[in-house]
Amino acid sequence: MSTATVAEQYRALRQEAAAAVEALKQKPVVWVGTATCGVAAGALKIKEAFEQEIKERGLDVAVLETGCMGHCYAEPMAIIAKPGHVPLCYGRLDEGLVHRLVVDFLDGDDPGYEYALVALEPNDLFPTFSDFPRGVYEEKMILEQCGFIDPGNMDHYLARDGYAAVAKILEMKPEEVLAEVKAANLRGRGGAGFPAGEKWEACRKAPGEQKYVICNGDEGDPGAFMDRGLLESDPHRVIEGMIICAYAVGASRGYLYIRAEYPKAVERVEGAIARAREKGLLGQSILGSGFSFDLEVFQGSGAFVCGESSALVRSMEGKMGIPEVRPPRLAESGFRGCPTVLNNVKTFAYVPAIIMKGADWFRSTGTAGSPGTAVFSLVGKVNNTGLVEVPMGTTLRQLIFDVGEGIPGDKKFKAAQIGGPSGGCLPEAMLDVPIDFDSLQEAGAIMGSGGLVVLNEDDCMVAVARYFLEFTQHESCGKCTFCRLGTRHMLDILTDISRGKGSLESLELLQELCEDVRDGSLCNLGKTAPNPVLTTLRYFRDEYEAHILEGRCPSLMCKDLIVYYIEPKKCSKLCNVCVGSCPTEAIYTRDDGLKAINQEKCVKCDNCLKTCPVEYNAVIKLSPPSLLAEKEGKSK
Amino acid sequence: MELLEGEKEQILATVDAILNNQPLQKDRLIPVLQRVQAELGYLPGLAMEKIAAAAGVSAVEVYGLATFYNQFRLNPPGKHQLKVCMGTACYMVGGQIALESFERRLGIKEGETTPDRKFSLERVACVGCCTMAPVVVVDENVEGHVTPTRVDGILLSFEGEEGKTRGEAKSPAAVESEAKP
Repeated sequence: MSTATVAEQYRALRQEAAAAVEALKQKPVVWVGTATCGVAAGALKIKEAFEQEIKERGLDVAVLETGCMGHCYAEPMAIIAKPGHVPLCYGRLDEGLVHRLVVDFLDGDDPGYEYALVALEPNDLFPTFSDFPRGVYEEKMILEQCGFIDPGNMDHYLARDGYAAVAKILEMKPEEVLAEVKAANLRGRGGAGFPAGEKWEACRKAPGEQKYVICNGDEGDPGAFMDRGLLESDPHRVIEGMIICAYAVGASRGYLYIRAEYPKAVERVEGAIARAREKGLLGQSILGSGFSFDLEVFQGSGAFVCGESSALVRSMEGKMGIPEVRPPRLAESGFRGCPTVLNNVKTFAYVPAIIMKGADWFRSTGTAGSPGTAVFSLVGKVNNTGLVEVPMGTTLRQLIFDVGEGIPGDKKFKAAQIGGPSGGCLPEAMLDVPIDFDSLQEAGAIMGSGGLVVLNEDDCMVAVARYFLEFTQHESCGKCTFCRLGTRHMLDILTDISRGKGSLESLELLQELCEDVRDGSLCNLGKTAPNPVLTTLRYFRDEYEAHILEGRCPSLMCKDLIVYYIEPKKCSKLCNVCVGSCPTEAIYTRDDGLKAINQEKCVKCDNCLKTCPVEYNAVIKLSPPSLLAEKEGKSK
Repeated sequence: MELLEGEKEQILATVDAILNNQPLQKDRLIPVLQRVQAELGYLPGLAMEKIAAAAGVSAVEVYGLATFYNQFRLNPPGKHQLKVCMGTACYMVGGQIALESFERRLGIKEGETTPDRKFSLERVACVGCCTMAPVVVVDENVEGHVTPTRVDGILLSFEGEEGKTRGEAKSPAAVESEAKP
């Protein structure tokens, strides 16, 4: 077929979509963010409330769903775009505020600036995202449209030049596409940072009729959710990237491996695939070019080790996800023994923009060795939690204190846990490390899938190390002895330490085991499992020693090393909240009216501490428990 | 857990409907197990044996898959499923405390179902709502910022519901028959 047809067909599709989007702009639209995090914060109720209020007033307003804008701290959120006004975004919505906005803004003409979070277009009245510190650092390459388009409506993606890259590459030679991706030095965003272009080239060169493209959406790293956010908010971008990859390597079938724990992502991606197929962007002869490629979703059943490529492929073949010895690489012998490209969700998402704007544009952001941006899910003890995208090379300090706006309350920063169970904990002194694949590795952490958990003085580093080890120990597939048994032994040691039963010799053994497990494991699950322990031993050894030598948990977190105590000086005789909240009736009223805890009954559930009214704050934790006798002696 | 009356027939009928008398390719095993679990709520031994036979593999191979992957459960779920998130962010702000509170209130351990099959309690690795930690997934709803007192609140909200059921059907037998799917 002639090449003109591809461009013409695409132009027709785009025009139709643009007309539909333009028609939508003529009337007011309410966009409610309904990604999983928004829904968890009550977005569906907010959407219903909008619909109800609008219906009651008989207004002509469209209520649409959109994805995640990345500002999770302000969920549930909605954008109101009313012709004649700058589009405004409102956060922390509740039914009352919805009522107010419908009455005053949609029915009336008062945008309620006092409730608005941010304006989406530059204007004279209200700040936009780029006016906030976060906006200065953020540069959105792949999250650009998340939260601003309806992921369920393909027109929105098409109207913003979506699939233009597919139309463009279909008129290029596959080698040219490959050369562009290689020139961009796009490194795989799954964690290890292997150059995507090299992977694709190996697959292209590998002999074989049938080749596969697989997208790894098995985001198993606890604390990371950007793949979910992207799949839920902008699924077509990932699909487009996969089509381009398929064309470059000569594959005709692809799979999106998505965790079954992400039902919303599965639903939205399946919907997006069906719509792309209807429009001729997937399936036989895409845009009449003669190139055919089709996609389907494979639901992963939840095993952390399946993030490893050979394990993922095995699990798609209906086997247990146990990694295999490589080489052969997947690019030579992957799914069903055929050459296969496997990349992370984010890696594919960069591809359309690289094709449209060129490798130089991509390389102009980030560092020389790691071009482009890094996406982080910023969570934990930080003010602005959410999904952030910053250029590679941004420092952790900028990310936590400028983008995340620091630590809530008067608490002190302690560590940044980066890269999940395979990563490490970096202390204050390491905060000026630039974030890129190589610098983080040197510091003992890894980029990983981009989970960044901020820890403050209340977080015990022994507990953190123990938590991650418990996770990897449970998720170890059992193939390699060191990973299977070594992590078990390490976990036992850490459990003992957290109970105050450790010894200094056990720390030496722990260190040794870390090295053995790292060297004796086949895949990265085992190789990186010791990282959380190694980094905490390296940077926070004093905390381990406090547990061992003094039986004290400096962060007051390890249950066996703390006791709860009600300070008589602060306790109000008139309040009974703690007594009511105690599940085991451990709290009683003393003869003098003050409350006290019967330590034998106390299960350390934290209820009394949480419920004690802030004006008293009488419940405190003590560590080591021997302090209790001293306190009680004084109060008598 | 013992099968209730009529459950065996139901299991066989469900598996038959999903297999639809077609030979089962080995690489469809996981999707089939997922569908069976979606219908029945868990993978009974009987269902695994039937699926193994259809795929021409040994039953232990199917059992291996079911125990390897976190998604599959071998016990019937409770009428209400409580999944406590144990992702990093949740753990650090008290996920463990929430889990212990549920265990204490329900008198079961994680992975178990209450004897009346009303509640089942699980821990999950991460539901991806880290910014609302600690998170508990109650049936299909995600509950954020779950403190121990909120645990009581969640359980109380179901007590009200049960009260209604009791009011309508007074005999225990009727309640039990209603609990069956």
